[in-house]
Amino acid sequence: MNNVLQLVWLVPFFPLVGFLINGLLRKQLPKSLISIIGSGMVLASFIVSVLLFMEVKNGNTQVVNLFDFINSGTLSIPFAFQIDQLSSLFLLIITGVGFLIHLYSAAYMHEERSEHFGRYFCYLNLFVFSMLLLVLGANYVIMFIGWEGVGLCSYLLIGYWFKNTEYNNAAKKAFIMNRIGDLGFLIAIFWLIAKLGTVTYTTPEGSGVFDLYNKLTRTDIIGITLLLFVGATGKSAQIPLYTWLPDAMAGPTPVSALIHAATMVTAGIYMIARSNILYTMAPETQSVVAAIGLATALFAATIAIKQNDIKKVLAYSTVSQLGYMFLGLGVGAYTGAVFHVMTHAFFKALLFLGAGSVIHAMHHEQDIRKMGGLAKHLKITHATFLIGCIAIAGIPPFSGFFSKDEILAAAYEKDHLYYYLGVAGAMITAFYMFRLYFTTFWGSFRGTEEQKHHLHESPAAMTIPLIVLAILSMIGGFVGLPEVFNMGEHKLEHFLAPIFEASTKAKELVHPEVATLDHGTEIMLMSISVGVAVIAILIAWARYIKKPELNEPAGFGKVLADKWYIDELYNFIIVKPLNGLAKFMNSFVEKRFIDWLVNGVGRTVNYTSRQVRLVQSGLVGNYVLLMVLGMLALFVVKFFLKK
Amino acid sequence: MIPVLLIVIPLVSGLLAFLIKQDKSVRVWSLLTSIITMVVAVAGIAFIHKASYFQCDVPWLPSLGSSFSLTMDGMSKMLCLLTGIAYPGIFIATWNSTYRNPHQFFALMLLMQTGLMGVFVASDALLFYFFWELALIPAYFLCSTWGGERRVAVTFKFFIYTFIGSLLMLVGIIWVYFHTPDHSFAMSSFYKLNLPGAQQGWLFWMFFLAFAIKIPLFPFHTWQPDTYEQSPTAVTMVLSGIMVKMGVFGILRWLAPVVPVGLWGYGDPAASMCVIGMIYASIVAMQQDDLKRLIAYSSIAHMGLMGLAIFVTSSVGIQGVMVQMFNHGINIIGLWIIVELIERQFGTRKMSELGGLAQKAPTLAIMLVIVSLANVALPLTNAFIGEFMMFNGVFGSKSSNYHYIFMVVGGISIILSAVYTLNMLQKVLYGNTSTLTANAKDIRGNEKLVLVVLLIGIVVMGVYPKPMIEATRHAVDAIYSKMFVKLP
Amino acid sequence: MLIERYIYLAIALFCIGIVGVLARRNAIIIFMCIELMLNAVNLLLVAFSKMHLAAALPGKANAGIDGQLFVFFIMVVAAAEVSVGLAIIVMMYRNTHSVDVNFLNRLKH
Repeated sequence: MNNVLQLVWLVPFFPLVGFLINGLLRKQLPKSLISIIGSGMVLASFIVSVLLFMEVKNGNTQVVNLFDFINSGTLSIPFAFQIDQLSSLFLLIITGVGFLIHLYSAAYMHEERSEHFGRYFCYLNLFVFSMLLLVLGANYVIMFIGWEGVGLCSYLLIGYWFKNTEYNNAAKKAFIMNRIGDLGFLIAIFWLIAKLGTVTYTTPEGSGVFDLYNKLTRTDIIGITLLLFVGATGKSAQIPLYTWLPDAMAGPTPVSALIHAATMVTAGIYMIARSNILYTMAPETQSVVAAIGLATALFAATIAIKQNDIKKVLAYSTVSQLGYMFLGLGVGAYTGAVFHVMTHAFFKALLFLGAGSVIHAMHHEQDIRKMGGLAKHLKITHATFLIGCIAIAGIPPFSGFFSKDEILAAAYEKDHLYYYLGVAGAMITAFYMFRLYFTTFWGSFRGTEEQKHHLHESPAAMTIPLIVLAILSMIGGFVGLPEVFNMGEHKLEHFLAPIFEASTKAKELVHPEVATLDHGTEIMLMSISVGVAVIAILIAWARYIKKPELNEPAGFGKVLADKWYIDELYNFIIVKPLNGLAKFMNSFVEKRFIDWLVNGVGRTVNYTSRQVRLVQSGLVGNYVLLMVLGMLALFVVKFFLKK
Repeated sequence: MIPVLLIVIPLVSGLLAFLIKQDKSVRVWSLLTSIITMVVAVAGIAFIHKASYFQCDVPWLPSLGSSFSLTMDGMSKMLCLLTGIAYPGIFIATWNSTYRNPHQFFALMLLMQTGLMGVFVASDALLFYFFWELALIPAYFLCSTWGGERRVAVTFKFFIYTFIGSLLMLVGIIWVYFHTPDHSFAMSSFYKLNLPGAQQGWLFWMFFLAFAIKIPLFPFHTWQPDTYEQSPTAVTMVLSGIMVKMGVFGILRWLAPVVPVGLWGYGDPAASMCVIGMIYASIVAMQQDDLKRLIAYSSIAHMGLMGLAIFVTSSVGIQGVMVQMFNHGINIIGLWIIVELIERQFGTRKMSELGGLAQKAPTLAIMLVIVSLANVALPLTNAFIGEFMMFNGVFGSKSSNYHYIFMVVGGISIILSAVYTLNMLQKVLYGNTSTLTANAKDIRGNEKLVLVVLLIGIVVMGVYPKPMIEATRHAVDAIYSKMFVKLP
Repeated sequence: MLIERYIYLAIALFCIGIVGVLARRNAIIIFMCIELMLNAVNLLLVAFSKMHLAAALPGKANAGIDGQLFVFFIMVVAAAEVSVGLAIIVMMYRNTHSVDVNFLNRLKH
């Protein structure tokens, strides 16, 4: 094989094999083998991904056609993979972080029965497979396959403990909410097909969507981008479709890490980054994206302040961070958004796995009010968790700082208001993360004696991923060092430049005069956000280090703790009316109306025949009389009325 | 040659089955002969490409201008294949069900197969009508003899309802017949005819009613949930897997090409009925507690989509219908098999009385999950291909004024289908076991075999649909071009 | 002799027959009334063949012969009818011990 890129099919192939083996032989294989197969397959695709990445780094990109998927005369959709800068970067994140999570899972889930253990790993592999399809697809339909695939896998994994009705409801909610977004995506695909006749991203002959965007009218392009964004709000948990993500905590903790860090929720970011040229051509949509992103970032952050479930806090922080990414996309900082996806994958996986380690130590206790003082017992977990918190709070030189700052700087360029709100969000983020940290790890232990007795550091299979992720969270930001530090170019931006080339050009065409921020302003912006974060951390320290918040929140705090009552609102305006409508349709319209009409035809016939039957009296005299009358009538008609 | 075989083999074996009084032997006999039929059907689509093998033309009623003429194009081949595959599958999957007078049961099943095959291969309108009724009559006896408690009333309604539609169609056929220049029932003469627009209009509604009742489209659907519920499951499988496809097939073969102007004129009202039906059936499905009724309403929604794709007239959409006719047949038969297994084991189909099957019967659970996901058209299952093409065709249609609305409103059924299907999965599979399911046994043996084969089919056709699309491409082109050629 | 006289007679006979059939309940009387009607028709046929056709076509030997032929047919049919009808009446009498037709309304049920 002279071209490494031709091997791209191997990347999703390995997890698929893992899925099949673990799925089919889950009862026969021992747990150790299951975890080796499950993790090993992801590791294998990670290795292939690294090879591909090296090749892409040298400037080679390729579309690999596997076979014709749908091909009917006018519509031709190949099953093709596109390997370029963007997809190869995502491959690394997905398989790399994914592998660590698999490794961690092997230890975390060891209590499960063998067949369930196998089921778990087979779902995980399927999840990775779907996500890889999503990222690798060379057209929107293949992306859509992965898109629905991750929705399915999240359904399966959230409902992994299927005996629990609440978990099942959460799983169902995730799938259905995703489907709402998927419908938007699907309509966007049809719109593209109707207007351009293709869904392929780009072709050498220039007949792909991104080559032909000029053919779209203004309405088309705004409509398409908005619909794609609807899809993204579903998958990436933005307002108004975000409520499934916090509920998705019902799944095992490593699954949350996988959903929140490496896969699934980043899909929306990937999709918009992939279609960046369409969004650049639709500034109206961009404003919507930025506004929704910012609103979500703030909204979710406020909710996170008052949550007491360790995983819920992290879940809302994910929603909030995703909001930042959308803000970045909305203001045109595509690189910044992708950069934040990457750093977020590191520190959010770290935080979730750290939380998993805590939960593991606490015997499935998730309420932080019953923790405290864990730093002494869980040294590695504590250290790595702290690193994660610092990274997400945006303290340099940890990774979160660089990526978040890049987005905020771009927001500043676009509109100062975006920046100030974004910084406010960053402040809240730092606050709630350190509230979580201090309440969990500092102070005195508040759990039961038995729990205290059993506190222990997790096994190596769990701590090694934590350490690796902690290191990545620390240094991950250096691939995107801003130029202001005079340490060479922005490496990530340079690497991704070919993907966003068209957008950059288009932007220059529209606003040639807008220069980038001068260095003084940039440094100032950075200082502000760092300063704000430090202040927030200090406040959290002052409030929670000694006296954790244990009683139930009241007043406005209760509104936040109850998540602004959004779930109740949805329940009230959508779920209940729908159920009521269904009940009405089923018991009234269906049975009392339509079927009544249908049976009514039968009844009419019956009734008429009963009435007409009376003529058949059985009296011969009557018959004869009728006959005579009939003849007379005929006679009259024949001779007197016929004119 | 092949269409004749497809009709004659089930006919002869069905008639002979009346004579085999032993339960076991009649089962073996029907299974064997249905496998032979399947082999012929598979051979027809896979190995033989010579056109003359698919033709047959013998005078039948020459004085009336009707001949016993059969042809198989891509569409017929797919549906014959579906019928051919479905029968052995049904026989194997229901091997353990017991029937009173098994010889009559199996004989009638095989006779129904004759009718179905005949409908799909007939290229003479009178012959088509003949087989259409031939398929209905055994269905009537099967439902009314071996059905559930309310079988007599329900079957009577089913029969009368579909029969009224058929009679209207017969009137339409005769009308068209009198207007053919050579007084012939042949398909080619029907196709050549160019009736005035107003006549096409009411002819459209006459044919439409027959097919709409059969499919069934909203609001002509009320016979269906009752009939599915009351029929023995093997019959339900044939009814929903194959027989309702007769309606779609009829539209594509006898309605769209014969009265294209009528279709263009009244396509939008008809399509609106389909869209309303999709949403309506999905919403009603959410309220069902009986598995069979739930699947019945789900089927109404899916069939509505097929109708919609035809009535807005687009080539991709019709291609999708062709693919989906086959795939829907496979999927829904899979669902029925599982329902049959559940009912046989627990004696109930009520979801509220089930639960926790995933713990006790994991294999059954996996099968049900995958078939259900195919039912909601998840990508990489077969139904996605069809639904994608149909929705795409609807959205991109050039003949309807409201195609965007149709697609978007119809698209809501995608979400609703997820709602009721996942509800169903949750109630049947998850949660804790109920008193009924505490000692559930998993599936094995022949049932597992059939389901595994179905699942492989579902996935393979979902990943690599190309052969199926290729096989029907010419038929689609032919139909699509006929829908346009006679435009005024 | 004018043909009208025959026509009046025939109408009178026919009406008597109809009234008899309608009004009487005795099966035998009804039967006889039917015969009366048949004979009214016969009378008309003969009268027309003789006085109408034969008068209109004097040269032709067989003019109007078919009308008289019909009369024979009707007589044969009436004879057959009498035998069947009387058999029915006899059966009826055996079953109901009456020849009243109003006892024969079992068709209704």
